[in-house]
Amino acid sequence: MRFGAHFRLLVTGLLLSFAVAFAAPGSAQQVNPTADAVKEQQFLDALKGNPSAELQGRITIPDQKAATLERPAGREWREFHQGTMLRIGAIAVLGTLIALLAFYLIRGRVRTEAGPAGRTLTRFNAFERFMHWLTAACFIVLALSGLNVTFGKLVLLPLIGPQAFTNLSVAAKWAHNYLAWPFMVGIALMFVVWIKDNIPNMIDLRWFAAGGGIVGKEHPPARRFNGGQKVVFWSVVLGGAALSVSGFYLLFPFYAGGVLNLQFWNVVHGIVSVLMVALILGHIYIGSIGMEGAFDAMGSGEVDLNWARTHHSLWVEEEMSKGHVGGGPRLQPAE
Amino acid sequence: MARMKFLCDADRCIECNACVTACKNENEVPWGINRRRVVTINDGKPGERSISMACMHCTDAPCAAVCPVDCFYTTADAVVLHSKDLCIGCGYCFYACPFGAPQYPKVGNFGSRGKMDKCTYCSGGPEVDLSPVEFQKYGSNRLAEGKLPLCAEMCSTKSLLAGDGEIIAQIYKERVVKRGYGSGAWGWQTAYKETIAI
Repeated sequence: MRFGAHFRLLVTGLLLSFAVAFAAPGSAQQVNPTADAVKEQQFLDALKGNPSAELQGRITIPDQKAATLERPAGREWREFHQGTMLRIGAIAVLGTLIALLAFYLIRGRVRTEAGPAGRTLTRFNAFERFMHWLTAACFIVLALSGLNVTFGKLVLLPLIGPQAFTNLSVAAKWAHNYLAWPFMVGIALMFVVWIKDNIPNMIDLRWFAAGGGIVGKEHPPARRFNGGQKVVFWSVVLGGAALSVSGFYLLFPFYAGGVLNLQFWNVVHGIVSVLMVALILGHIYIGSIGMEGAFDAMGSGEVDLNWARTHHSLWVEEEMSKGHVGGGPRLQPAE
Repeated sequence: MARMKFLCDADRCIECNACVTACKNENEVPWGINRRRVVTINDGKPGERSISMACMHCTDAPCAAVCPVDCFYTTADAVVLHSKDLCIGCGYCFYACPFGAPQYPKVGNFGSRGKMDKCTYCSGGPEVDLSPVEFQKYGSNRLAEGKLPLCAEMCSTKSLLAGDGEIIAQIYKERVVKRGYGSGAWGWQTAYKETIAI
């Protein structure tokens, strides 16, 4: 027994030493561990074809993010943030403002030709106005604090100096991070409450074909929301959702994965934001100085009957048939 | 003035991590932040190499370009520094940095990262040189004392070199010529858009 065990051990040991003896010279011929070391150039060449690649290794400190040695993609994100983002943002914001000014000078205010009827009907109830202004107030702060990240150092920093600009930017950052939540609530409420009136249909196509009553003098028929308003609704809902998802990842950085994912969500957040700002500038214009009587809808919630007949003729018919039209002098039957 | 650079000769680095420890101690770097780290490439394979990496003090630094509050500045020695009084902890420098140099004291949910911290090339910050407040915010200012960064100064194999870019490039070039191989000046193409031609 004992002899057998010793013998097996001896044989195994001999076999192992033979294996090592034969294998070692072979591997030494293949690899010279000094001259054949990894070279940075190999990695940079490999990374060239794939801009999102990272050069990673092993690290002994507990922070695995530190195992990334080089990430050339940082340079591309910088190009985006300091180039593309600035251009898109400037075009979206300034371009929209200039276009709206030009439109105001050419077209002027959209008026209610028939003049006020003196009778009103309820367009938006108190809850609808609450959710609209909740979202709107948050959006304005979010938009200004967001634009500050890209444009602040070009516009505000030279005006107010570094320390004041930092104090303002810190406040803007906290406002942005916390007002994002009521903004998301507002978007969700508007989606639930207004989706039933925002399903696209053939009336919208005719509305667009007639220029929406904005370009021409004709006012095409519309139900509660016309084609343009449906575009605003869906842009706000989908854009708001994109901002919420991308913003969530930026707010909780390590759910997004690595820095490359953060860069991606930052690009999404930036582009969608400035497009939303452009859209909302148009929305603010047509809801205030751009159209006579439009602000009442979100102000008091009560709109003039003639305004409603001009812009939402089919909706007025529906409300009339439900007996929802009130206020002002009632029409008396002829005696 | 010199153009200060770091150069890690990976063929000499023995992954002892003394540069990491020296940096943490010299600058009293808080727990969780590593201004310098050692990464091993091709670990366990023949020809593996370890590289000590920190802020490379880039030419035309991406962190400085993307900073929304412009808190970065480049010293006369071409060292990239930043002001913790102006930093708002937005994390953009961390997105842009090709070397993962910017560090934050906290994980960062809800924008609570805190002020960014990174290698200062042992040259403090915008506060008065060698003042206690400078040390408290940015760590040591060895450059003001006429010394180079401690990580490179105490490197036992002289793998990590710090100093004027032309001088350390010359040292590296001589080494490569003499021993007949070199795995490259890691990070130089990315940071300085140049490499060391042998």
